[in-house]
Amino acid sequence: MATLDSKIPAGPVAEKWTNYKAHQKLVNPANKRRLDVIVVGTGLAGASAAASLGEMGFRVFNFCIQDSPRRAHSIAAQGGINAAKNYQNDGDSVYRLFYDTVKGGDYRAREANVYRLAEVSNSIIDQCVAQGVPFAREYGGMLANRSFGGAQVSRTFYAKGQTGQQLLLGAYSALSCQVNAGTVKLYTRYEMMDLVIVDGRARGIIARNLVTGKLERFAAHAVVIATGGYGNAYFLSTNAMGCNCSAAMQCYRKGAYFANPAYVQIHPTCIPVHGDKQSKLTLMSESLRNDGRIWVPKKKEDALKLQKGEIQGSDIPEEDRDYYLERRYPAFGNLVPRDVASRAAKERCDAGMGVNNTGLAVFLDFSESINRLGIDIVLQRYGNLFDMYEEITDVNPGELAKEINGVKYYHPMMIYPAIHYTMGGIWVDYELQTTVKGLFAIGECNFSDHGANRLGASALMQGLADGYFVLPYTIQNYLADQITVPRFSTELPEFAEAEKNVQDLINRLMNIKGKKSVDSIHKELGHVMWEYVGMGRTEEGLKIGLQKLKEIRKDFENNLFIPGTTEGVNIELEKALRLNDFITMGELIAYDALNRNESCGGHFREEYQTEEGEAKRDDENFFYVACWEYQGSDDKAPVLYKEPLVYEAIKVQTRNYKS
Amino acid sequence: MDKNISFKLRYWRQNGPKDKGHFDEREMKDIPGDTSFLEMLDILNEELVSEGKEPFVFDHDCREGICGMCSLYINGTPHGKTERGATTCQLYMRKFKDGDTITVEPWRSAGFPVIKDCMVDRTAFDKIIQAGGYVTARTGQPQDANAILIPKQDADEAMDCASCIGCGACVAACKNGSAMLFVSSKVSQLALLPQGRPEAARRAKAMVAKMDELGFGNCTNTRACEAVCPKCESIANIARLNREFIAAKLND
Repeated sequence: MATLDSKIPAGPVAEKWTNYKAHQKLVNPANKRRLDVIVVGTGLAGASAAASLGEMGFRVFNFCIQDSPRRAHSIAAQGGINAAKNYQNDGDSVYRLFYDTVKGGDYRAREANVYRLAEVSNSIIDQCVAQGVPFAREYGGMLANRSFGGAQVSRTFYAKGQTGQQLLLGAYSALSCQVNAGTVKLYTRYEMMDLVIVDGRARGIIARNLVTGKLERFAAHAVVIATGGYGNAYFLSTNAMGCNCSAAMQCYRKGAYFANPAYVQIHPTCIPVHGDKQSKLTLMSESLRNDGRIWVPKKKEDALKLQKGEIQGSDIPEEDRDYYLERRYPAFGNLVPRDVASRAAKERCDAGMGVNNTGLAVFLDFSESINRLGIDIVLQRYGNLFDMYEEITDVNPGELAKEINGVKYYHPMMIYPAIHYTMGGIWVDYELQTTVKGLFAIGECNFSDHGANRLGASALMQGLADGYFVLPYTIQNYLADQITVPRFSTELPEFAEAEKNVQDLINRLMNIKGKKSVDSIHKELGHVMWEYVGMGRTEEGLKIGLQKLKEIRKDFENNLFIPGTTEGVNIELEKALRLNDFITMGELIAYDALNRNESCGGHFREEYQTEEGEAKRDDENFFYVACWEYQGSDDKAPVLYKEPLVYEAIKVQTRNYKS
Repeated sequence: MDKNISFKLRYWRQNGPKDKGHFDEREMKDIPGDTSFLEMLDILNEELVSEGKEPFVFDHDCREGICGMCSLYINGTPHGKTERGATTCQLYMRKFKDGDTITVEPWRSAGFPVIKDCMVDRTAFDKIIQAGGYVTARTGQPQDANAILIPKQDADEAMDCASCIGCGACVAACKNGSAMLFVSSKVSQLALLPQGRPEAARRAKAMVAKMDELGFGNCTNTRACEAVCPKCESIANIARLNREFIAAKLND
C-alpha cells in the first residue's frame, strides 16, 4: 500500500502556508524549460494551472474533451465566488471564511488545506480583476457583494448570474496568452484514456483523439488531472453531458487512492424532473435564496390539489404557507447550507406536501421581495434567472399571478434537489499530490477542501486557488528533484502496454454487439444510484444498491451495443467508455456510504439522525478521511485506509443553524 | 400541460469535411412539448441506435445555454427561432406545431469546416482569442481589486460584451461569414475597462489580422448576427471595434 502522509507543514494554522512557501524547493528558469507538465482539463483549475505553469516557464501540454477550453463546465456556475475581503465591513476575515467552510463541511475537511484556501481567496479576486473580469460594481466603482448559504456575511463576488463563465473566460484568456507565447500546447477534442507510470512515477498519458479515433501517447515529468467531479454517475445531475469521472478512475485503477466518495452534494434549487426523456437537470442559482422564500402548503388538502393541478401556488394565501426553512432554522432561514436545505425539502415532500404532479417539488417565491423592493430591483438581480426558468417551464416568476386581500402574489418557481457537486475525489496531500508520485489532482476532482458539504460560491474559489496559487508552488517541490531526468520517449514499454490495454478495452466494448444503447444502461445506473445511494441512505438500501450495481455491470458487459467503428468520431463509443467508469464509481460511492455509519454533510444515513431529523455525526468513530484503494479488478471490493483528521485551530462541534 | 406533437425531421448527415453530405428524414411521433430540442435529438439517436444505425452527431454539453457548444441551424436560423436570445439547448418543442417539418443543418461557413454531421470545427475562434483577446496579467500579486475603480455603468457594459459564449451563430448567420460580432465583443469588453487600455491598440490590430487570415469575411452591417445572437450582443460593439482599429492604425 501507498503511505498516507498528508505532509501538513508544522506551526500554527495561520503560518503553515507561509512557512511552506519559505522552505519549499524551487526550480531555476533554465531548468523549467527542460521540464514538461501534462494538465488534463481546462476548467477553472486546469486552465489556471496550465496558464500559470506556462507563464513560469515550464512546457505544458493541456488537454480537453470539448472543442475549446472555454467550454469546460466551470462555465455554468452562476452565483459567485467567495473571498475574505471584508469590503462590506461586516466582520469578515480569513479566519471566518476558514471557519465557515470547515463548519459548512460538517467538520470533515482537512483543516490546514481549508485555511490556505481562505488565505489565498483574496488574491484570486485581485488576479481576476487584473485580467479584466467584469465583476458587479457599486455606483462608487467598488466591487459589490452578495450573501450565500452558510455565512452571515456578504463575501460573494459575482458577475450577474454568470460568474463561472466570467472567471473561466478570465482563466481561458490567461491560457490563450500562454498558447500564443508558445509555453502551452493545447489539445482539444482529446480524451485521456489512461495514466502511464514508469518506475513508480506518473510519466504520461494515453489520450484518444476524438476526431480521428486514434490513440496517442504523451510523456511528461508530472501529470496534473483537473477533470471535475463524478455527479453524472447519477445520470441526471446539473453537470454537463460530457462531465465524467474517467480520468479519476484511471488514476484510481493505477494506484491513486480515492477519498470520501460518499460525499455527494445535492443542490436544493434545481428545476424538478419532468419526464423520462430528460437528459439533465438545470440548476437555479443559490443566490435566489437571498430574496426568494421557500415554502410548501401547511394543509395536506392544498398539497393534494396542487399535485392534481386543480390550483396554483399563487392561490394559497400567506397564512396557509409553511416557510419551513424559516420555521426550523430561524438564524439562517432560507440561507442554510445546501445539504440542510435539500434534506428539509425531501422531508416535506416525503410528508406528502410536494407541490407538483410528481409530488417532488417545493416553491421558491419572490412575492415578498417584489412587494418590498419593487419588480425592477428584483429583475435587476435575478432577471436572467427568471428568463431561464421561463424558457424551460413556460412560467415567469416575475409575473403577477393574483391579488388576495390586497396582497400581490407572483407565480412561485418550483424547485427540487438534484445531484450537483462531488466533495469526494482523488486523495491528495497538502501539496495536492496523490498517492502516485508525480500525479497531482486539483479542483473538484480532488477531495481536500470541502469536507462533507461544500458551501455555495466555494467551488470557483477552490478551482482557482488550486490552479493559480497552490499547485504552481507545490509542484515545484516535486519537479525540483526531476531536473536531471531527461525528456521521456513514448516508445518505452510502459507506454506500449498502457496503449494496448486501452485498445483491448475499446475492442472488447465494440465487440459485445448486444442490444442495449449506452444511454439506456446509464439511465438504469442513475435510477439505482438515486434510489439507493441518493439523498437518504440506509444500510439495507446500500446493500441492495451494491447488488444491483453488479447486475448493471453484467448487463453492460453482455448487452451493450455500439454502432460504427473505432475510426473517426464515434459518440457512442465515447459514452460507453465513460459509463464503464461511472459503474465503478457508483460502486465506490456505495461502499463508502455503507462504511460511514454516521450522517454528515451531504452523506445522510437515515439510521443516524437526531429526533428533529438533523444529521447525527459520530466523531468518535468516523473522524477520518476514508481512502479507498483499488484491488486490481472492478469485481473486487476496494480496501479502506484512514487518514485521521487533526483539528488544532477549530473546536469540533455540532453544526447549528438555528440560533 | 404541454401537448405532444408529431413532425417530420430532416437532419444533415456528412461524413467528414470532404463528403458532399445529404439530408436524412424521419417521422418523429408524440414528442412531449416540454422536451428540449436536444432531448428530441436524443430520442432520435436512441431510435437510430436501436436500429443498429450510427447516431446523428452534433455538439452539445452544458444544456443550459452557457457553454456555447450547441450549434444547430434550425429551419434556416442559427439556434432556431425564439422570442428572445436562446441557444439550441434552450429551445423547447412546445415552440413547434404538430405536422411541422423541421430541418436541421450545421453552421455553414468557410471558417467552420464540418467534422461530422452537424459537428463543426470552431478552433478558429480560439486562434483569434490567442492572437490578443486578453489582458497580459501575470499570476501573482496584483494590486488590491478595489484599487481600480470602475464606474458601475462601464462595468455593466463590459459585462454585457463579455457575455458572448463563442458559439459562432453570428458567423453562421452572416452572408459574408464574418466573425466581427465575436471579435468586437471581446475587444469591447476589454476596451471599456481600464485594465484593457494599455494593450487596446495591439489587441484590435492582432485580432482583426488573425480573423482575416483565417478566412472570415467582412462586415456589411446587415445585422443578421445581432438578430440571432443568443446573448443579444449588439453591433454597437462592431462600431467600437472599428473605432479602436482605426485609431490603432492611425498611430502606426
